[in-house]
Amino acid sequence: MSKESIRTPLGKVRGLGSAKHGAGHFITQRVSAIALLFLVPWFLISLIAAVRGGYDGALAWVADPINAVLILLAVGAALYHMRLGMQVVVEDYIAKNSTKTFLLIVNTFICVVLFVAAAYAVLKVAAI
Amino acid sequence: MSGWTDKRPMSPHTSIWKWHLTMASSILHRVTGVGNYLGIFIVVAWLFATAAGPDYYEPLSAVTGSIWGQLILFGFTLSVSYHLVNGLRHLFMDAGLGYNPKFASFTAGLGLVAAVVIAVAIWLLAGLVPGIDPLNMTGAA
Repeated sequence: MSKESIRTPLGKVRGLGSAKHGAGHFITQRVSAIALLFLVPWFLISLIAAVRGGYDGALAWVADPINAVLILLAVGAALYHMRLGMQVVVEDYIAKNSTKTFLLIVNTFICVVLFVAAAYAVLKVAAI
Repeated sequence: MSGWTDKRPMSPHTSIWKWHLTMASSILHRVTGVGNYLGIFIVVAWLFATAAGPDYYEPLSAVTGSIWGQLILFGFTLSVSYHLVNGLRHLFMDAGLGYNPKFASFTAGLGLVAAVVIAVAIWLLAGLVPGIDPLNMTGAA
């Protein structure tokens, strides 16, 4: 490390710095983005058509095996992607460590709960 | 700069930045990302209501079918289409393309326009706007 390092003495003592998780976060965020590039347009168009048929239309749409798999892929990839995105938002704006940790945990819980609810719903309708 | 001894570079504060397109598109990307975070609650609620039965589905569709529900759903459509279009732009920029300042501003503006066009086109073509149904999607004679 050169003499002109911009790291503060306190930062050096505490051993703060990269947690070595940045690259993984970056890559998974992009990979899920590429998946969503295809899944989201299908989901939007397909969902609008399904909603038109009222409750029976919705039920028939979710019950179709291919739709069921694609719905879970779309919702799963979206929740995965948004968990990563919200993590960055929280890390950027919340400086207080306890609040930050709390919100990061809440973020994870929300995404997991939404995925389990979606998975339960799709499997209940489609896996009969 | 009286007592400032920290030699680390300081980011200029948002309030003294001149607004430009690439900055607006970046901020809007984050805003729409958070918007989509909220919007997926509606999607999951809809899936759940479909599984739970008409007792859940009908009240939900009454809310989403109201004028406020429709406005929120259109906003969600707009938010998704912007995040999708600008996300595609981000992927190209991640690959090192499109950093020429003029071109970057152009694609930022193009993304804004494209997002509005896509969202409006979806609603018009899918017959989601009352009285407008050019492709006869609702099946009305």
